[in-house]
Amino acid sequence: MMISQFFVLSQRGDNIVFRDYRAEVPKGSTETFFRKVKFWKEDGNAEAPPIFNVDGVNYFHVKVVGLYFVATTRVNVSPSLVLELLQRIARVIKDYLGVLNEDSFRKNFVLVYELLDEVIDFGYVQTTSTEVLKSYVFNEPIVIAPARLQPIDPAAIFTQGAKRMPGTAVTKSVVANDPSGRRREEIFVDIIEKISVTFSSSGYILTSEIDGTIQMKSYLSGNPEIRIALNEDLNIGRGGRSVYDYRSSSGSGVILDDCNFHESVRLDSFDSDRTLSLVPPDGEFPVMNYRMTQEFKPPFHVNTLIEEAGRLKAEVIIKIRAEFPSDIIANTIAVQMPLPNFTSRASFELEPGAAGQKTDFKETSKMLEWNLKKASIVGGAEHTLRAKLTFSQEFHGNITKEAGPVSMTFTIPMYNVSKLQVKYLQIAKKSSSYNPYRWVRYVTQANSYVARI
Amino acid sequence: MPPPAASSRYPSPSQPSGKSEVTDLKSQLRQLAGSRAPGVDDSKRDLFKKVISYMTIGIDVSSVFGEMVMCSATSDIVLKKMCYLYVGNYAKGNPDLSLLTINFLQRDCKDEDPMIRGLALRSLCSLRVPNLVEYLLGPLGSGLKDNNSYVRTIAVTGVLKLYHISASTCIDAEFPATLKSLMLHDSDAQVVANCLAALQEIWSLEASHSEEACREKESLLSKPLIYYFLNRIKEFNEWAQCLILELAVKYVPSDSNDIFDIMNLLEDRLQHANGAVVLATVKVFLQLTLSMTDVHQQVYERIKSPLLTLVSSGSPEQSYAILSHLHLLVVRAPFIFASDYKHFYCQYNEPSYVKKLKLEMLTAIANESNTYEIVTELCEYAANVDIEIARESIRAVGKIALQQYDVNAIVDRLLQFLEMEKDYVTAETLVLVKDLLRKHPQWSHDCISVVGGISSKNIQEPKAKAALIWMLGEYAQDMSDAPYILENLIENWEEEHSAEVRLHLLTAAMKCFFKRAPETQKALGIALAAGIADFHQDVHDRALFYYRVLQYDVHVAESVVSPPQQAVSAFADTQSSEIKDRIFDEFNSLSVIYQKPSYMFTDKEHRGPFEFSEELGSTSITPEVSSDIVPAQQFEANDKDLLLSTDEKDDNKGLSSNNCSAYTAPYESSNISSQMQELAISGPAASATTTQSSFDFDDLLGLGLSAAPAPTPSPPLLKLNPRASLDPRAFQQKWRQLPISLTQEYSVNPQGIAALTVPQSLIKHMQSHSIHCIASGGQSPNFKFFFFAQKEAEPSDYLTECIINSSSAKAQIKVKADDQSTSQAFATVFETALSKFGMP
Repeated sequence: MMISQFFVLSQRGDNIVFRDYRAEVPKGSTETFFRKVKFWKEDGNAEAPPIFNVDGVNYFHVKVVGLYFVATTRVNVSPSLVLELLQRIARVIKDYLGVLNEDSFRKNFVLVYELLDEVIDFGYVQTTSTEVLKSYVFNEPIVIAPARLQPIDPAAIFTQGAKRMPGTAVTKSVVANDPSGRRREEIFVDIIEKISVTFSSSGYILTSEIDGTIQMKSYLSGNPEIRIALNEDLNIGRGGRSVYDYRSSSGSGVILDDCNFHESVRLDSFDSDRTLSLVPPDGEFPVMNYRMTQEFKPPFHVNTLIEEAGRLKAEVIIKIRAEFPSDIIANTIAVQMPLPNFTSRASFELEPGAAGQKTDFKETSKMLEWNLKKASIVGGAEHTLRAKLTFSQEFHGNITKEAGPVSMTFTIPMYNVSKLQVKYLQIAKKSSSYNPYRWVRYVTQANSYVARI
Repeated sequence: MPPPAASSRYPSPSQPSGKSEVTDLKSQLRQLAGSRAPGVDDSKRDLFKKVISYMTIGIDVSSVFGEMVMCSATSDIVLKKMCYLYVGNYAKGNPDLSLLTINFLQRDCKDEDPMIRGLALRSLCSLRVPNLVEYLLGPLGSGLKDNNSYVRTIAVTGVLKLYHISASTCIDAEFPATLKSLMLHDSDAQVVANCLAALQEIWSLEASHSEEACREKESLLSKPLIYYFLNRIKEFNEWAQCLILELAVKYVPSDSNDIFDIMNLLEDRLQHANGAVVLATVKVFLQLTLSMTDVHQQVYERIKSPLLTLVSSGSPEQSYAILSHLHLLVVRAPFIFASDYKHFYCQYNEPSYVKKLKLEMLTAIANESNTYEIVTELCEYAANVDIEIARESIRAVGKIALQQYDVNAIVDRLLQFLEMEKDYVTAETLVLVKDLLRKHPQWSHDCISVVGGISSKNIQEPKAKAALIWMLGEYAQDMSDAPYILENLIENWEEEHSAEVRLHLLTAAMKCFFKRAPETQKALGIALAAGIADFHQDVHDRALFYYRVLQYDVHVAESVVSPPQQAVSAFADTQSSEIKDRIFDEFNSLSVIYQKPSYMFTDKEHRGPFEFSEELGSTSITPEVSSDIVPAQQFEANDKDLLLSTDEKDDNKGLSSNNCSAYTAPYESSNISSQMQELAISGPAASATTTQSSFDFDDLLGLGLSAAPAPTPSPPLLKLNPRASLDPRAFQQKWRQLPISLTQEYSVNPQGIAALTVPQSLIKHMQSHSIHCIASGGQSPNFKFFFFAQKEAEPSDYLTECIINSSSAKAQIKVKADDQSTSQAFATVFETALSKFGMP
């Protein structure tokens, strides 16, 4: 149950924070760890797993914004507990510092030590609740400029220049005062959906899944109770049916395969009217995680063709179509496709009048890259890329086996594919004049969006 | 906080060199120490921060110790905290300063601000200075009685710290008793949780030399205490919940109502967003239902969905931890997950450690209904840009092919891999085709025509080359140019670096020679000459042996080197079922991640909550010899786990005796082939008894030991209690904890085999000899029984696993005993009883 040390290392292996709770692990553990992670396999390609054992010491790590959060122990502990703890420590620190990166760490390390002392005592976790910690932690954060912000979580995409979003909210410390001196009463509820779709070479959907989170960050004073109402036609669990039985899922309603909840959430009336009630603790936290394999309309349709065109030549055509309403605009889209190993050159041809699109052929990795800027991806739009490939040697066999699959990454704000909705967000407070800002925001992101050829 | 080593290796240019800055700081601090000017605390804060930042980057600032302590005579809590941090770092290395520190910390422990009391107490207990422990007693005693829960929480952990500095001081002050009463009566959940954690640690460590601590440790598992915790589990934070659940796992419920009560209490914990809470709950559910097959299976169904949600909602690292546990469950009960295979498809952006796990899971759950889809998916990965994953995918296809009966479609896919003309794909595939042919020789025709088309020049990897050479030798009659390809390879003998390949070349040349002598004779001559001149001992020996046996008699040589092939029915498992069970017992721990029981990677004192005898595991470690085979027309591999599919369950009900119908099957997976293998290598005695010409590799292992061990002098007769009783749960627990003290193999007389058509008759028969059956199962020709017996005079148990194979008329027994010195005597009684089975 207990850990021995906790430390944070930079990408270069520098110590940023180091705390030894039980003095059981010999000196040099940070170096041992870093060497192991950097040179996991001789060829340097394979990534080190998050848990490994060197000389009887177990090392756990998670990577957050390029930093290694590491715990060590000699005891046979629960691996989930330690990894969950590391992730949670990162979140608590981020709640306090507003922005999490090497710079903010270095400027605030005294505060970080103060937090660490309250989070863990003699290796045992005491609390990771930002709320509870507030009464024990006294240093004030030195907030760094949000201009140097690195996105830490999906919600950070709201800050990427989207004017209608109060962008600073997610980078606001839970304890620091606003420059204006007054705290703004506001609450953010983000519905973030990561979708994974695999299309077969004939364009039919092989697998699809939505992994969603309702994330909350509250800046309301006095901890009022909050009620969140979800779709009334929401169903959980698919009974005896096979999860991937598409034929039978055409019925109405949103059907989640499964979901789980933050410990502050009370589900007293969830079964009857699909409302969640909770007193939101300070800081950012997931109210609910859900998983859905019900059929949904993929936001992009991808069509790929690769054809030999002569002895040392081939042509690739990639066509993408945005299958969402025209009032929705997707953020930057990136399309990638591995080309045959013996491709020596690729020349690209975009459709006439194409703007905000960039193409590239990465010689070393043999990767075709196609990036589309935001303005060009309105719902309903269709774009085509043609690439002429030149090979360095003659090829026999099936060219489709040598290339692909095509993968896509994208972000679509104000759109969610599951149709799960927050119908209303009620804040219980007596005064009628109390009307804080409520932000309910939706976003869809590609997790693994792959089309085979 | 020791000076971080890394920073000294990569000094940043802005780092101060040290000395002058420290002197500077010292004088500034001294100035501020006496000052009462307004705003002085702010200046102090800045200086303190500087001191701490030097400390972090590894500059020695211990020389300002006195000034720091003087400056911290303030009510500013931020200053205090920084001072405590500093003091905690340097006190241990500076014993003369420690007394100074202790004075001021003791004073702070009486501060009116509870926050300062708590912080001072924590720092005081963290100093780790052994000769100053007496100063801790007073502050700790009052801390435990403090009216503020924050102080009490810290005091409880402080007791544990004291125990680690000086166990006797802690015990003599009777702190554990105080903690126990706090645990039962304190109103604050965190205080209670810390008491539980501290007491578990203290009593576990004390238990080795104190009976009282042993009793106290046991008392934590009493029913009222368990329910005291479980009933109010929601008052605790998620981390403390894990602690409580970990305790509940060890609780032995009194009856099935007890089991269901606990499961109902904890049901909603499965919906927790914290994966650690969910896994700890899952472990409780799995352990509670071990002896209830049906419910156990329901538990698998119930936990599937929450675990899958956790896999997809967390970071890749968290997914990995959860997925490793799912992996364990999938391997134990593949059929429960058979329809969920799509969840284990790889996503292109997953880290390779996740992909590898998923590939193994897909391999495990492939069955008649989903093989086609899974293999199709795996074939997509074979073209993956990540070569390691591509290789693993091909291996996965091969493993699936080996575990299936209908390999028709898979063979085609494998052969298609060869057409991809990628070196590593071809290499992996060749190895698989070879294994496949060993199991399914009927496919040789299709495979050989494709393999024959591969140019040996394109194959560099030793394993692949060896596989190709093996096929050339084995199927020389079907491959027209086999002798010439071999000849070609033999001519390049000098360039062949791998001894494995050279060994295979020798054997293949021999085999080819027996089939097509005129074409091979020359090549064989060259090979033997080169082999005998080889510097590698094994190659040299084999060449010489071949040469001599050929000289002696060609027909004998053929019967030795190229006997008629038997199809391999099952490849040996790399992990024994005992090890797998041990890992399952250690669910929700690192054992699952490393796929090893804890004794293999942890030293004894850090093994945590899992305490088992070491011998059990070590006797049965199976070396990883994946190519070892068990020619198994004798054994129907009966590889079902605790979770039996429905039809089998019925069979078992028919077989087991009435009084133990609730316990339909042993928890242990009974992969007989792997157990046979364990037997074969668990010691010279055992290997000798099993070397009944049944395994070719045993001959090798038994070399020089072929004489049967001298019969042990017959020990005094053992009297057994005819009315012994043992409930299934206790049996299970014992079976897991005791080491195997004896393994034997007996012949069963033909009358016995005939009588075995009604397995109950054996159970009755043994009962008449005071050996009682607790569970039985299996079907012809393999029957498995678990027996127990008790000494007449004292409560000392013998547990026996007995596998009878009716076609070979052999019985294998494994005996575990409380009193191991008498296990041989018991085995004799057992054998005598068994030998009378079926006799009128």
